[in-house]
Amino acid sequence: MTGDPDTSQDNLQDIRLGHADRGFVGKIIRLDALVTGSSLSPQELEQRLVEMGFVEGARVEILHEGTIRRDPIAVRVDNITIALRRSEAMAVIVE
Amino acid sequence: MTTASLRLALVGAPNTGKTSLFNSLTGSRQKVANYPGVTVERKSGSFVTPEGRSVTVLDLPGTYSLRGRSPDEEITRDIVLGRFDGEAVPDLMLCVADATNLRLTLRLVLELKRVGRPMMLVLNMIDIAKRRGVTIDLDRMSQELGLPIVTSVAVRKGGVSELLKRTDEFLAKPHEAAASEWTTPTIADLKAAQREADRIIAAVVTLPTKPDTLTNRIDSVVLHPVWGLVILAVILFVMFQAVFTWAQPAMELLSDGFAALGQLIHDVMPEGWGLLQSFLQNGLISGVGSVIVFLPQIIIIFLFILLLEDFGYMARAAFLMDRIMGGAGLHGRAFIPLLSSFACAIPGIMATRVIDNRRDRLTTILIAPLMTCSARIPVYTLIISAFVPATTLWGFVNLQGLVMFGLYAAGITSALTVSAIAKFFLWRDHAPAPFMLELPDYKMPRLKSIAIGVFTRAKMFLYRAGTTILSMMVLIWFLASFPQAPAGAEGPAINYSFAAMIGHALEPLLRPIGFNWQIAVALIPGMAAREVAVAALGTVYSIEGGKEAADQIGQVLAQKWTLATALSLLVWYIFAPQCASTLAVIRRETGGAKWMVVTFLYMLALAYVASFLTFNLAQALGLH
Ligand SMILES: Nc1nc2c(ncn2[C@@H]2O[C@H](COP(=O)(O)OP(=O)(O)O)[C@@H](O)[C@H]2O)c(=O)[nH]1
Ligand SMILES: [Mg+2]
Repeated sequence: MTGDPDTSQDNLQDIRLGHADRGFVGKIIRLDALVTGSSLSPQELEQRLVEMGFVEGARVEILHEGTIRRDPIAVRVDNITIALRRSEAMAVIVE
Repeated sequence: MTTASLRLALVGAPNTGKTSLFNSLTGSRQKVANYPGVTVERKSGSFVTPEGRSVTVLDLPGTYSLRGRSPDEEITRDIVLGRFDGEAVPDLMLCVADATNLRLTLRLVLELKRVGRPMMLVLNMIDIAKRRGVTIDLDRMSQELGLPIVTSVAVRKGGVSELLKRTDEFLAKPHEAAASEWTTPTIADLKAAQREADRIIAAVVTLPTKPDTLTNRIDSVVLHPVWGLVILAVILFVMFQAVFTWAQPAMELLSDGFAALGQLIHDVMPEGWGLLQSFLQNGLISGVGSVIVFLPQIIIIFLFILLLEDFGYMARAAFLMDRIMGGAGLHGRAFIPLLSSFACAIPGIMATRVIDNRRDRLTTILIAPLMTCSARIPVYTLIISAFVPATTLWGFVNLQGLVMFGLYAAGITSALTVSAIAKFFLWRDHAPAPFMLELPDYKMPRLKSIAIGVFTRAKMFLYRAGTTILSMMVLIWFLASFPQAPAGAEGPAINYSFAAMIGHALEPLLRPIGFNWQIAVALIPGMAAREVAVAALGTVYSIEGGKEAADQIGQVLAQKWTLATALSLLVWYIFAPQCASTLAVIRRETGGAKWMVVTFLYMLALAYVASFLTFNLAQALGLH
């Protein structure tokens, strides 16, 4: 696993989905929309992520990456595929 | 039947097959209009059930929840909740789910249940689920949800028979609506509902033994950082080559047909009826004919767009283009509206409703008219075939097609530039809106739904040709024919007409960009619809020349214009706000005249400057 371990986390194994590479497979631990580069308010971002199926316990896998700065990413969330930008994926804490 | 029809509504997440179900239930008995006051498309249709109930059905905009994040989703929410003025609450909601992908829809179902209205769950795409080895315990699921459930295959003949039967059974009994317990869900509500949905799925669905690896395999090429973009470019290139070359035989057939018809009228009419004869042959038949000739091209472009949409490629294109468009200040979702604008800016501008951020939406609306719409094709085709030789480069590239491609590229480049400038000047402080989109599994495109789609568009185009364009043609014929030349006058009769007066009045303004007064005359009706300019040029020149038939416009132009003028007019058509209906739609979509005026002025300025530069550069290079 790569990506900067988030220093604000208790568990050093937890990383933000927005930092993960293509091929990453993991499980959602929780959502934390407070510090992301998204233009949405934390609450709105969290709500949208939940609506797209990003809930605790869901299995996630990064299937594809965009051309420029490997952004956006296509994420398999259980059995659907969601395209989103890394800045929004920062709100998803995975292990 | 005299009783009022029963009202059904199709609700569900995007891509679950609502529109396919709608098509297969109603066939061609559909009506597309707008909801009053807003510009969301209202698709309604009617059919008669096997037991003879007449039913109307609404295809509601797709949504993941009733929260109403965009104007489309608000419509769905308000109709479902019975809050929408002028729209009765549906007697039965058909909640459509993709049987291979139940998570998100089931959560929506749980939310809809709180509304308390009669509802049935339709597990669509059951064919795909079966093929993949997904099994669903329908009885148990029905019990858990407390709802009747039917399965369907929207795209197969007879695939909705069970749905029809169960609808009849359902409607045979009276159903009371319970009081609505719906409140806007909080994050905790959403999570709880998702957990409940996941629990039900775990209990009733056995997951596929063979997951859809095909979609993944296709995506590993199509979404590849390099190959993905190459494929996208190839698709667009093929599309434009096709528009130019495949349509050719059909277009020649049509244009020969109209010429023959005009000649027939000419021959049949008695000698003394000169004015009526001229009206029918030059005003009516050649006018409408020269526009209808472009029907094959419009069919081809819509065929491509609808095929790509149905196949599931459009969402991929948005994925590939998100960062690239982001660099120009555009949202990835703007790609689909902008691509539709290649057919016509009007559906394109209307499709910007999928962008929920107002500023992103405004930027997209502002630049959509710069995309090369199909109404420009007649003008481009005419000038290109008159001035560009049909040589083949490197054995496979048609030079005329290449120039066409260049015009499209110029439109795209200028659109991106305008967007970047707008972003810089208008909303510098604006952070980019989020991009979050489901990538549906690839599906084999369905002939029937594509056919319905292409047919609706062709009908729209012909309707326009038959009304707006026809009346404009009659007007221009009138302007070009009256007042008639005095007896014994010198020169062509059109020199004495209203058209010439208007053209001469505008000429000083247009001379710096190389336009003569005939072009000025043609540009006026071209405001109603760009393609009318072709027929107008035909009228202006064929009346002046006396004998030339409309299909020879090109040859006439090649003699009368310099290459510099032709290039200048091509460039003018890339930018000029030559379409009154587009401006009207912008006004309606943005809720005021301000953005319409902004669009008109910036496009006019761009067109004038670009044509001025082109004309003078071409003259300096000696292109006469
Ligand atoms: N195999 C199969 N494909 C379907 C079925 N229903 C819809 N589709 C396809 O699914 C895609 C999305 O359908 P559409 O009706 O546009 O979904 P909407 O977004 O809910 O209106 C299209 O490519 C359809 O051809 C079905 O029952 N079986
Ligand atoms: Mg639809």
